[in-house]
Amino acid sequence: MDNIVEIRNIKKIYGDKVKTQVLFDLNLSIEKGSFNSIIGQSGSGKSTLLNILGTLDRPTDGEIVINGVNTKSMNANQLAKLRNETLGFIFQFHYLLPEFTALENVLMPYRIMGKKIDDKVMERANELIELVGLSKVKNNLATQMSGGQQQRTAIARSLMNNPSIILADEPTGNLDSDTTEQIYDLMRKINKKYNTTFIIITHDQHVAEKTDRIIEVKDGRIIMDVRRNND
Amino acid sequence: MKFAFSVAKRFLGYNKGQTIMIMVGIAIGVSVQIFIGLLITGLQESLIDKTVGSTPHITITQQDELSFYDFEVKNDEFTAVVYQAEGPAFAISESDDASVLLRGLSEDGDKLYKLSDKLVEGKMPSLKNDVIVGLGLQEKLNLDINDVLTLRTISNQTVDVKVVGIVDLKVDSINNSWVLSTLPTAQSLFSIDDEITSIAIQVKDVFTADTLSEELKSEITVSDLKVINWKEQNEDLLSGLNGQSISSIMIQVFVLISVVLGIASVLAITVLQKSKQIGILKAMGIPDNTASLIFLFQGLILGVYGAILGVLFGLGLILSFTTFARNPDGTALIPINFDLQFILFSGSIAILSALIASFIPAARSKKLSPIEVIRNG
Repeated sequence: MDNIVEIRNIKKIYGDKVKTQVLFDLNLSIEKGSFNSIIGQSGSGKSTLLNILGTLDRPTDGEIVINGVNTKSMNANQLAKLRNETLGFIFQFHYLLPEFTALENVLMPYRIMGKKIDDKVMERANELIELVGLSKVKNNLATQMSGGQQQRTAIARSLMNNPSIILADEPTGNLDSDTTEQIYDLMRKINKKYNTTFIIITHDQHVAEKTDRIIEVKDGRIIMDVRRNND
Repeated sequence: MKFAFSVAKRFLGYNKGQTIMIMVGIAIGVSVQIFIGLLITGLQESLIDKTVGSTPHITITQQDELSFYDFEVKNDEFTAVVYQAEGPAFAISESDDASVLLRGLSEDGDKLYKLSDKLVEGKMPSLKNDVIVGLGLQEKLNLDINDVLTLRTISNQTVDVKVVGIVDLKVDSINNSWVLSTLPTAQSLFSIDDEITSIAIQVKDVFTADTLSEELKSEITVSDLKVINWKEQNEDLLSGLNGQSISSIMIQVFVLISVVLGIASVLAITVLQKSKQIGILKAMGIPDNTASLIFLFQGLILGVYGAILGVLFGLGLILSFTTFARNPDGTALIPINFDLQFILFSGSIAILSALIASFIPAARSKKLSPIEVIRNG
């Protein structure tokens, strides 16, 4: 299988005077269409790793190749475009724009791309909303939805531009176990349906066990990398 | 661009109370600026009009001799050119006598001195030996319309003239001494034939009188003529007006500064309020410039609405001022000219300052890194 993401010798050091190294020479390849989880204790560096994978943060040293493109020499705007077109993000605190409705939030990545919203795009957005089961509340402002609904909106939004990779940082961190189950089933469904690559950070062992591959990070190093077959 | 605009609009609409507060803040600034500006301009215009509105702005006189031959004075900027023959005389009526100043005026005289408006009784002199007299003089000499008055010059020439009108020239000393006639009446009394003693000129814009006067000096070929303008004669008034203008500008500038600081600080706070949104938008891939455009558009929208509101407030203030501040006779205390250009200027300045004020938050928004927001929740 092709690798959709490859990181080579990633180092991350925080601080100018007091230097704290959080990642030590990480190497990792993620296969296209795979469903991966990253686990580790808080402070292990897993979030930093994910943010670097998502080009939100720059590594102190090392290279990230996304979809065959090396991001090392890209400037902020090129990275923004890359994120917009190739990556979808789902964060723990869902980060919807409270000023916009669920549907508008879902359409947001498309509007950022600068293209006109036509009937076909609208149809796709509605389809995604349908997929995450939010048709009834699609015209509610983000603040007028429950936590689970907001998280599902965030998932629909992350899919809007048909990204090849979705990065999720504890997407169910503040949701109850029933909702957590639904969200994971949903991500799995999307993974199967669109062959979207998922990289999910979780501290929930139960959840991690359902993924194809578990990568464990400890003290800035990958200490375990297990592939499994759920099918 | 359109995206940034729609996000800016939505951000402003979401925090309605805050948005309205800023707009009202800008509006008050603009309205004060318009009110003060128009008021002071109106005050100055009425002061200038009262002072030099019906007096010559430029006067040409002979330096050594009494009189000179008239010559044509022409300039598009001149609104009235009056050829005058004037001199002291002694006026004798049936009941009393007084020393007077006889002034013969050519056609434009009425226009320059606005005599028709000041006529209390009778009509303007049109025939030879018709005169109009000042209100004070009329009382002193106990004159009625169509009474005959004898004028005697220093050189003992006499002429009988008919009083055809009485004018109120608003200044006692002038009211008590002026006798006005047509040019030939004065010319023959003073035995100067076709000559005149001065040329009085009014110009369109009183403040250009000095430059026009210089131009005139260089054009005049007749020697020994003296050209003076009202500015040379009214330096006190001018420095007063100048002081007023400066203080008016000072007030406007400080109002403007407070408006700019107000908008800048509120917008700076909104960047903090919206940093989460900006961070997430950046994570989703908006370029840095779009992130700053959002705040520039916010500034622009606030500026435009604030300016429109401010112009309305300002006009309302002016309107209520002109309605309630009135002279006992019902005319406006200070006649105000609704100077559209100034109003538009104040409005645009407000928009521009709102835009400038939004530069700081825009720069901040540009610099904001999505990771800061995501890492710090």
